[in-house]
Amino acid sequence: MSFDRIQEKLAILADAAKYDVSCASSGSTRKNKDKGLGNSTGSGICHSYTEDGRCVSLLKILMTNHCIFDCAYCVTRKSNDIKRAAFKIQEVVDLTINFYRRNYIEGLFLSSGIFKNADFTMERLVQVAKKLRLEENFNGYIHLKSIPGASDELMREAGLYADRLSVNIEIPTVSGLKLLAPDKNFKDFIKPMEKVKNEIIQYQQEKKLIKSTPKYAPAGQSTQMIIGAAGESDKDIMYSATYYYKKYNMRRVYYSGYIPISSDTRLPSLDTEVPVLRENRLYQTDWLLRFYGFSVNELLNDTHQNLDLQIDPKLGWALRNLQEFPVDINKADKRMLARIPGIGMQSVHKIINARRFRKLNWEHLKAIGISMNRATYFITCDSREFYTKDLTADQLKYKILQNIKSKYQKHFSPQLSLFAS
Amino acid sequence: MKDVKTILQYDESFDGFLSCIFYIFEYKLSVYDITPLRSETTELFASTTQVFTNPEKSKRVWDKFCELTDKKVQAKVLKAFLSEIKGVENTLGYFIKKVLTEQKDFSIDYGDAEVLKIQQVAKMVHREKHRMEAFIRFQKTKDDLYVATIEPDFNVLPLILKHFESRYADQKWLIFDVKRNYGIFYDLQKVETITADFFTISNTKIAMEHLAEGELDFQKLWATYFSSVNIKSRKNNKLHLQHIPRRYWKYLTEKTIPLQ
Repeated sequence: MSFDRIQEKLAILADAAKYDVSCASSGSTRKNKDKGLGNSTGSGICHSYTEDGRCVSLLKILMTNHCIFDCAYCVTRKSNDIKRAAFKIQEVVDLTINFYRRNYIEGLFLSSGIFKNADFTMERLVQVAKKLRLEENFNGYIHLKSIPGASDELMREAGLYADRLSVNIEIPTVSGLKLLAPDKNFKDFIKPMEKVKNEIIQYQQEKKLIKSTPKYAPAGQSTQMIIGAAGESDKDIMYSATYYYKKYNMRRVYYSGYIPISSDTRLPSLDTEVPVLRENRLYQTDWLLRFYGFSVNELLNDTHQNLDLQIDPKLGWALRNLQEFPVDINKADKRMLARIPGIGMQSVHKIINARRFRKLNWEHLKAIGISMNRATYFITCDSREFYTKDLTADQLKYKILQNIKSKYQKHFSPQLSLFAS
Repeated sequence: MKDVKTILQYDESFDGFLSCIFYIFEYKLSVYDITPLRSETTELFASTTQVFTNPEKSKRVWDKFCELTDKKVQAKVLKAFLSEIKGVENTLGYFIKKVLTEQKDFSIDYGDAEVLKIQQVAKMVHREKHRMEAFIRFQKTKDDLYVATIEPDFNVLPLILKHFESRYADQKWLIFDVKRNYGIFYDLQKVETITADFFTISNTKIAMEHLAEGELDFQKLWATYFSSVNIKSRKNNKLHLQHIPRRYWKYLTEKTIPLQ
């Protein structure tokens, strides 16, 4: 292959793929077999980090950036005047194998613009995965994009070679989708999700009876939503995320702050900043739902439609529910410990273990590593000293904000100065 | 004098360290300091003893310890030991002695400062192990060997061996720690520890004439990829450096290969 041409294609098709934020390479169970290449068991590995601080774990590229659709939010939309390119199947296979052998990557994340039609595109993605598995005995991680509208038959085959499949819902609400992606049909997104979910369930059941049943998408499905392109509230976003987690057994929902790429009047203007702080708060909420035992209506509801950007969502919840505090560190159950601001799940675990041996005091808690500048106001421990002042939620919030230095300070300093005056 | 501090010197091996624990029990020492042979001791009121590594004695200590603890705890102890942090032997010594004496696993007693320290040091070492699994960059040589040089903060080669063995089962590879002057080598059958002077701390690079044909092309393709996936409008240098501290850069292809 001509090196210069490949380099050019790689630059174009990696650039076009970078708006897909998923880079997970964890959660699969594919072991190295017959002394082949690769092993993807257990936790993922981030092999590098770009200057924007995001992890590089997979070779994330598009098969092609030719596309028949014209979605306003997408760089590869038909009407956009950009350089186009397409990889050959063997080229993707060679790049993946050679990058993997040098320990650059955990595997491949292959997506594509839609050329001709959904099935034609999906088939080429499947062929790459099939070649890697069958011809190269490759056991690294493969993430394939489910192309909206692809046939059930192809989706079934895709799951046999891929570790993870994903369809990006992109716009969290149906009305937003109609506005920004008029050629796309909501049902086309749902169909491959439904198919993959059913296949996963079916293969898992068969596996229980017949040991030799092949693996089907062992790392499950994921999806992605663009944040801040269609004017939806945090509540809209998190309620639809919850829906996808429950209805389609999603392993992950990703939130991607909209990066202005078009002067289309339906979208935020080109000089809009990427909403990184909002994105961060949404991820925190996602974590609270998945690992901390919160339910979505505790964090977002009709009276609180948007997250407070100044403080994390758990602190926000605590301030709205001061009647639940203070919590006694030496007595509270796991559920309540996890709800204390400034205490993460690892600290919860340590506290529960450590208090079997002795009652814990402030020194112990500090050493364990809980975030004192938030937790102090919400707990008691084996000490006579604890916070006793009866402050209102607003007063307490202001007090805490004075003592924490957020890395996002610059994003909300105007509000802060208003507060302080 | 009954409570004179005894300084126990050992040969830096894990077996040597366990032999010291055995010695502590054997001579009922209460005040001691376990320290590597090469480190200098200038304490005035202490007696110094060199403890010879004895595999049988060390096995007795370790077997008993394994009976009383689970695998996770054993891995933690090994990781903390490999940190080579000054004084870690005494922290571990305290812990192992306590487990053996009281016949009970204390590894989750995080209210005990020493136990918490082991947990924290083990975590640091684990992080470095994970970084090496991520940041090792193989270069292919003319004789089809994939070679990487590293300079990890802690002695993590024993911890990453399995990972690379099960991942790159069909290619020959060598990972060399230039700081500690030894490497692990896989010959398609098994992994061996080797000491050699191919590389030194001042000479960490593989000479250009030894590289396989096309090797530089792939390095350039990787660097191209790396720069193309960056989103400029999200630039966050602080986060970038937090994830890849500068000390690792000289071993990272994407940070050293110039584009164009």
